[in-house]
Amino acid sequence: MRTETRNAVLATGKAGPMAWLKKIFLKVGVLPFLMVVCLLIFGFLSDHFLSTRNLLNVARQSSYLVIASLAQFMVLLVAGIDLSVGTIIAVASVSGAITMTGILSVAPDAVALALVLGILAGLLAGTVLGMINGIGVAVFQVQPFMMTLSMTSIGFGLALFATSGTPVTGLPASLGNVLGYGVLFGIPLPIWVALTLAAGLAFLLGRTGFGRHLYAIGGNVKAARLSGIDTGRLTFLAYAIGGTLAGVTGVMLTARMMSGEANVGATMPLETIAACVIGGASLSGGAGSVTGVILGALFISLVQNGMNLAQVDSYLQLVVIGLILIFAVIADNFRSRLLNPRG
Amino acid sequence: MTEPSDILRLERVTKRFPGVLALDAASVTFRAGEVHVLLGENGAGKSTLISILSGAAQATSGRVILNGEECRFASVAEASRAGISAVYQEFSLVSELTVTENIFLGRERRGRFGLDRAGMRQAAARILEDLDFRLDPEARVATLSRAQQQMVEIAKGYRDDQKVVIFDEPTASLSTSESEKLFHLIDRLRARGIAIVYITHRMAELHRLADRVTVMRDGKIVGTLDHAETSEDELIRMMAGRDVQALFPDIPPPSDPAEAPVLSVDGLGGRGFSDITFRVGAGEIVGLAGLVGCGKSDVGRCIAGLERVRHGRISLNGRDVAGLSIRKRMREGVYYLPSDRKAEGLILTQGARFNISIRSGNGAGAGSYGVVSRREEARKAQEVAERVDLRPLDIERNMILFSGGNQQKVLFAKAIAGDLKLLILDEPTVGVDVNARAAIYRLVADLAARGVAVLMISSDLTEILNLCSRVHVMCEGRVAGPLAGEEINENKILERMFA
Repeated sequence: MRTETRNAVLATGKAGPMAWLKKIFLKVGVLPFLMVVCLLIFGFLSDHFLSTRNLLNVARQSSYLVIASLAQFMVLLVAGIDLSVGTIIAVASVSGAITMTGILSVAPDAVALALVLGILAGLLAGTVLGMINGIGVAVFQVQPFMMTLSMTSIGFGLALFATSGTPVTGLPASLGNVLGYGVLFGIPLPIWVALTLAAGLAFLLGRTGFGRHLYAIGGNVKAARLSGIDTGRLTFLAYAIGGTLAGVTGVMLTARMMSGEANVGATMPLETIAACVIGGASLSGGAGSVTGVILGALFISLVQNGMNLAQVDSYLQLVVIGLILIFAVIADNFRSRLLNPRG
Repeated sequence: MTEPSDILRLERVTKRFPGVLALDAASVTFRAGEVHVLLGENGAGKSTLISILSGAAQATSGRVILNGEECRFASVAEASRAGISAVYQEFSLVSELTVTENIFLGRERRGRFGLDRAGMRQAAARILEDLDFRLDPEARVATLSRAQQQMVEIAKGYRDDQKVVIFDEPTASLSTSESEKLFHLIDRLRARGIAIVYITHRMAELHRLADRVTVMRDGKIVGTLDHAETSEDELIRMMAGRDVQALFPDIPPPSDPAEAPVLSVDGLGGRGFSDITFRVGAGEIVGLAGLVGCGKSDVGRCIAGLERVRHGRISLNGRDVAGLSIRKRMREGVYYLPSDRKAEGLILTQGARFNISIRSGNGAGAGSYGVVSRREEARKAQEVAERVDLRPLDIERNMILFSGGNQQKVLFAKAIAGDLKLLILDEPTVGVDVNARAAIYRLVADLAARGVAVLMISSDLTEILNLCSRVHVMCEGRVAGPLAGEEINENKILERMFA
């Protein structure tokens, strides 16, 4: 009965342009429309916007948001939310920077060692914070919202305490040269990192039992448990992997800025959640895809870049991002109502 | 009793949804002081009919005549003002508010200083007294039992000139004693001259309450009968368009119980039950009967690994599995099919293939963490879906689009997608229509014939009587010894249920 209704909605009879647009909206959601509107507006406002150079620039800038959004997606997938993603990025950045400067101050020539240990320290810090979130949620049943909100305070406090609130500078130049500004086959290194991680995650989530189990937990945790899935352990792992990915973002940003900062990533919670939701992930868990999340993150970056070129005030940009998120959620609700008229 | 008077009449009422004719020229009359049971499978049009009566939906064509006057209700509030209200299985109460506050929710009375609390309390007390519901108007709804909450639900829509009260499967989540209270309450409403429209799947309730019965099928009204002049067989035949005998398959004689049992439970105790001892042999269907809340479900969940074992042993083919996780037990071939398939059984946002695939021990699917071959996964899902006769046979179809019976079939498909030695069924046919019931019984019999040990936990005596070769009856957390052969009859089982 439902499918017939659904098919009736999907095949809206007349083949006019409106019907065609409606079909696209029902099939893939609001993102393509937002993308077109954004390209039109900014393409019109600025001559540079659609140049290859600028688009490559956007792709590079967006790679940080892509990785952080994937971190957020891991947690959203198991019906959680990570408000601390920005803080984890900051703690990873600060830990990595302090480790590098610490080693260099003892042994000024051990640049390679400082780099390797610094990067590892950043990744480790991210992973550990993610694991603590995971333990709180999976073992002690703290609501994800409360757990990660508290972690925001804890992480931010630690990062400020460790740096006394000032950026950690004096990092080896090779860090920035390679991870920050490096180019491989004509494409900036951050893009390679983001693409590699995205491909790995797409494989993990789409092609393995592990990934299926995460979708199952987000879809219905009780049913997942009755299917023999170790829901506690997998929820923990989702948060841990999310932490590692946030850690990667932190290290990458440190390399780009050439300093470790406690304030980096402050806008990340909102931006990553926006990217995931616009890209088709569900706040109630168990839905979405890596591709969708990447497109969502790209869209946010395009808007930011376009607004920069159009010289929109940076404070007003925050307003626009917030509005877009609300609009995306409304459009998504509207879409599910059209798909399930009686559901 | 006075002459029954027609109070509400439907004339050729039709409801068309895009692509679906949900209600097809339905004509039926409801009389004052009469319980009128609507019977029909899921999707027969009962819900559509009552949503038109209660103002939740509007008819495409046809007439609704209340007290001789044609009317059209644009909203639930409008129908309620005309004296028609509905009580659904899901309550619309705010549990943190009091009885009074719930009764007046959305139509609060104002006094000189804010709300007229005293006035509302008195009015609520009067409605409750009027209905003969013994409830404290100041009690918080959260502290009330399900049956008492139902009273609040009825009182909420009640007016002095109430004409019709509609009940939509009201006992779905009530225990037996709570249901009995509800039936008394309905008796009282009937005695006050109110027309009751009652929707149910359960024959026992029909016999307990019905004055007249209307059977629906495929959006049409098959017929309206006096309860006294009909039989269960006739009603089921009307509902399903076929005979009752066809509902239950032939079960081959059980294997020799002297053989080593697949499951043996010895002195098992857990939350809500203790000293449970019984065996289930290969190819045997053993029933675990009892009232709601007697602990039979907990026993099943404990064997599956969902509840902690406090004492005793659970042996599977001679090996103690009491210490193993659900995951490990499932790999050993234990599968538990929950009673609430939407809450615990299925991932409704995904398709059939996904749901079948994630079962632990499904080697072709996502039964472990490793790489899943989509082709293998789909092949396996297709194979088991065919075996359970899933309709439509589309493994990519989203679960919410399947009927209740076919959702249940997906759970069976999931069970057989991995190693299966012991199948624990918890109320396997709740909320499932007659045709799907027959299909599920055939599946159970088929699995038993292939040597699967089946533990059937059920409150439905008919299925216990017709499927099980041995029956254990539980009462207040204890189990009574097995009934077998001729001993399996309604009287013996009921006797032990209330022991």
